[in-house]
Amino acid sequence: MAELTLVEAINDGFHVELERDPDVMVLGEDVGRAGGVFRATAGLRDRFGENRCVDTPLAEAGILGSAVGLCMAGWRPVCEMQYDAFSYPCLDQLITHVGRYRWRTGGAMAFPLVVRMPYGGGVRAPELHDDSPEAYYVHTPGVKVAIPSTPADAKGLLAAAIRDPDPVVVLEPKLHYRTMRGDVPEGEHVVPLGKARTVREGDDLTFVAYGSMVPLAEQAADALDASVEILDIRTLKPLDEDALLAAAAKTGRVVIVQEAPRTAGYGAELAAILAEKAMLDLRAPVVRVTGYDVPYPYWQIEDAYMPSVERVVDAARKLLEF
Amino acid sequence: MAALWALESRDLRRVIGDGEAVPDGEVEGLSEADLLELHRQLVLLRTYDERSVVYHRQGRIGTYAIFWGHEAMQVGSTYALEREDWIFPSYRESAIGLLRGLPASTILSWWRGHPVGWWNPQDWNVASICVPIGTHVPHAAGLAWGKKLRGERACAIAYFGDGATSEGAFHEGANFAAVMRAPVILFCNNNQWAISTPLSAQTAAETLADKAAGYGIPGVRVDGADVLAVYEATREAVERARAGEGPTLIEAVTYRSAPHATADDPSAYIDLERVEEERQRECVGRYEAYLRRLGLLSDEAAEAVRADAVQLMRDGIAAAEAEPPADPSLLFSHAFAEPPASFETDLAELRRILG
Repeated sequence: MAELTLVEAINDGFHVELERDPDVMVLGEDVGRAGGVFRATAGLRDRFGENRCVDTPLAEAGILGSAVGLCMAGWRPVCEMQYDAFSYPCLDQLITHVGRYRWRTGGAMAFPLVVRMPYGGGVRAPELHDDSPEAYYVHTPGVKVAIPSTPADAKGLLAAAIRDPDPVVVLEPKLHYRTMRGDVPEGEHVVPLGKARTVREGDDLTFVAYGSMVPLAEQAADALDASVEILDIRTLKPLDEDALLAAAAKTGRVVIVQEAPRTAGYGAELAAILAEKAMLDLRAPVVRVTGYDVPYPYWQIEDAYMPSVERVVDAARKLLEF
Repeated sequence: MAALWALESRDLRRVIGDGEAVPDGEVEGLSEADLLELHRQLVLLRTYDERSVVYHRQGRIGTYAIFWGHEAMQVGSTYALEREDWIFPSYRESAIGLLRGLPASTILSWWRGHPVGWWNPQDWNVASICVPIGTHVPHAAGLAWGKKLRGERACAIAYFGDGATSEGAFHEGANFAAVMRAPVILFCNNNQWAISTPLSAQTAAETLADKAAGYGIPGVRVDGADVLAVYEATREAVERARAGEGPTLIEAVTYRSAPHATADDPSAYIDLERVEEERQRECVGRYEAYLRRLGLLSDEAAEAVRADAVQLMRDGIAAAEAEPPADPSLLFSHAFAEPPASFETDLAELRRILG
């Protein structure tokens, strides 16, 4: 074990995976010479050469579109989108080709590419450096989506994404890139896609969260005089539905915490599954604590936008009193 | 010939003459067998296209994107490639795989919306048909770049129309290819119409080939109805690509003298007189006249080539129509390498309801 920050764990994961598989290559804006604006790809260019850690033109659709062709030539490209909201130009390629090409070839060709990006707010950044775009990705057929909440999972889910035969989008909580440290297994470390993580066990109510909302849920649980079960979804697609239903059944009271805007967000999907499959286990309505249905705000008032400990605690108290 | 748009003929390469004032040229390195094979391929595509329009009218295939008059661009360019080179077609080149031996039934099945029409690109080095405009240009750039990184010799060609040059994906793909010096040929079939949008409403550039300068790559213009000129221009682009000199933009100029697709009625927007004039100089007839002037094509030989192509189409549509209906389980078969558990539940429910 090594104690690493979340972004150091990602960097460590890259070094391990590029060493392990000579077909893995990294491409994106500033990933090579600079090692990425957050240093996630630091040292890769020097160690593996400029052809395996490639500085590209500023062209997100070009990066992902080229990655489709790179897959056809036998590579396993890992594309960095520099920020969450800078990824939107690549949605065209993601929706029209990345999620469809395997299907289009009758399963004959694999597209084992990864799109990864820092996501989320709370970092006092300019507009469009703060978005939580996971719902766009989850809604795209043919694409898997993972969001780690710890350094160990950041390394392990990246490895799983790189090794997966299908396209995987990994969103990394940039708020915790350097503020969170944790034990990370050295060498090869894979956290399988499709498996949620029980953060802590409890009996009174259940918090369901992912990414940067997991530490927030932990703080809220600490602030409550109740026994709280916390489930970290980790892979949004494919979802570990069994873990979700078990965590809900255990307490019968569920708060879903999501940073993205509320309407048609991923939390709505979780709530719908609970409504369809957990009705008899629930003792109270499923409640969402989310960002609001507004553009992500100027940073002087972003704290009012973000789900807070107070808002989660408030929702929890209502459920406990229901 | 009708008056061309002012710059329509600027720097336009031609090999085939008109049998009168303009003398025929020739392409070095093409044998008589090559010249006749080019003819066979032109007739094959022409027959495919004409029969497909009929099949559509008979309700045997769905909406179909017509490529009548584009055959010389497709045949001439692919003839300059080798089997290892990759072709990235748009829907206008849906049948280009025929030139690599892809069965007509497969392509007809694609237009019939049947899953057997989805081929394995690796079997033919022909990518899947790209339906959205220009978004396959980065794919060709990426494949060519990826092959180059592996030390392989293959290059790629991407086909798109004049309208695609307005798309961001064309720009990003062309720029990417140029920066990476990817061995790729960007082949623009400029038929001067994007459904009802004329080229003058598409760009303020004098020619589309001029756009190449912005990427630091050569842009060449060629008569799109001259199969030999297209072949020669593409061969030079392939040589550049293989020599490590990166991409070339080829603008092949023609005039769309058929509807955009079977669902389109161009009489609402196009100059029908001009269309009629263009149909008189269409590419298959021009090439046949060229071969006849050289004494290489007899009526009997031309008829035999046509009969073979017609038979291939008869067999193709028969095979496509003989396909049993696709099983609904195919809905879930190929979206992921390892389908999620929910697919099994969904399929079970669907089967119960379908009975």
